Amino acid sequence: MTIRGIRMWNGDYIFVLSNLVKKDFKVRYRNMSLGVLWSVLNPLVTMGALAFVFTQIFPSKRHDVAVFLLCGLVPYNFFAMAWNTGTGSLAENYSIMKRVTVPRELFPVATVLGNCVHLLIQIGILFAFTLGAGLGINRHWLWLPYVWFMEILFVCGLAMATSAINVYIRDTRYVVESLNTVLFYFVPIFYGHDNIPDRFREVVHYNPVAALILALRNILWEGIAPGGKLVERLTFCSLATLVAGFLIFRRLKAGFFDHM
Amino acid sequence: MAVIEFQNVSKCFSRSGGGKLLRVFLKERLQKRHREVFCALKDVSFRVERGESMAIIGANGAGKSTLLSLVAGLARPNEGRVEVSGKVAALLELGTGFHPDLTGSENVFLNASILGLSRKRARECFDSIVDFSGIAEFINQPIRTYSSGMVMRLAFAVAIHVEPDILIIDEVLAVGDAAFQEKCFDRICELKRAGKTLLFVSHAPEMVKHLCDHGLWLEHGRVKAAGPPAEILEAYSGHAPRG
Repeated sequence: MTIRGIRMWNGDYIFVLSNLVKKDFKVRYRNMSLGVLWSVLNPLVTMGALAFVFTQIFPSKRHDVAVFLLCGLVPYNFFAMAWNTGTGSLAENYSIMKRVTVPRELFPVATVLGNCVHLLIQIGILFAFTLGAGLGINRHWLWLPYVWFMEILFVCGLAMATSAINVYIRDTRYVVESLNTVLFYFVPIFYGHDNIPDRFREVVHYNPVAALILALRNILWEGIAPGGKLVERLTFCSLATLVAGFLIFRRLKAGFFDHM
Repeated sequence: MAVIEFQNVSKCFSRSGGGKLLRVFLKERLQKRHREVFCALKDVSFRVERGESMAIIGANGAGKSTLLSLVAGLARPNEGRVEVSGKVAALLELGTGFHPDLTGSENVFLNASILGLSRKRARECFDSIVDFSGIAEFINQPIRTYSSGMVMRLAFAVAIHVEPDILIIDEVLAVGDAAFQEKCFDRICELKRAGKTLLFVSHAPEMVKHLCDHGLWLEHGRVKAAGPPAEILEAYSGHAPRG
């Protein structure tokens, strides 16, 4: 069972990635009357509901509770969307994969990067709320690109693994959806680091989504540098997931054609 | 020198098909039942020299497409050796990755990148692609507004700009009107004259006779006959039911 010869696809990775991301973006917004506004409107509606709950039902002592919540919601929403759509990315591109040897890794990565476009808008909203609440810019903001970058690597790793498994077992996508629902309660969105019992506190740091949320709150809400250990664990877990996802993908991709 | 060589190649698929639900997957794993396999290709051997062209003939389900996907590097054989040297472009289906909501020109760039053109090359070729397709006036319209013939013309125009060493063509020429078909045919002849290797699946005897140096007749995954295309075609049309 051997194959030999130069049969590798030798195109332009960046060109394909940018085209796939652009396609994702254009297709999603071209047929909507409000276009990109949806991406802004959605979190604003959520914020409106939350503002009502946390001023009328559970009145908060702090006026900047919106920043606190957004620091949790923005990373979680990005993660859930990117992981979920990333998992289905190969299945959606079967027609391409059956006919062209374009590197398969590009599909989950392009889908995750496509979600980053929306993430930018959401981060913009987060910044607007932060400044609006009177929490100024501080030098620790320099940490932001780094912690977000780690998060993107983490989702890329996860999406590579689950998108590959999804080719073999088609209900992987539903498993991912359920895991996302569970995760919503296990990352500190509506509660803070201090509310977590001591015996779980360390464990939570090993979840990059939770770590990112905690780091964002450190930086934006408290105006302090994210904990050294927290950043260390975020980095370690994200890189480990990326490597694991890549290896799982490489292992499984040989069988994709027979399972499509 | 052989650019494509198959030695005793077999390719089998599981009969239950591709992606499974978890329930089915676990059942198969747990019961360790012998999986039913279907062999699309059995013990196929042939070689194609540089600059030659070969036609693959056979009824539906004879294994032609499976053979092409092995050459294109999309699938791996279960048994035997597949050797291919050179850049392969497979026109297995035109318009791979075309999206109906994108405009003609957006689709050209997307498709070109997927087929392996660099950004620079795609820009250089763009005018020539649009010119070849002959639909310049609609190029900024979403392709869902195109007729199917127009989509195929655009797709073919992109595909022939890939400049492969080996060109695989799977019955895609049945697109467009007579004038466009002739244009495609001329372009393929041009590639052949330029010393490219062609692998061709077609039910159009005229084209096969005109273009190909060899014929390979597949039946139920096995090589039924190989030889000069005229002889193979004659034997095939005398034997097989139409189609």
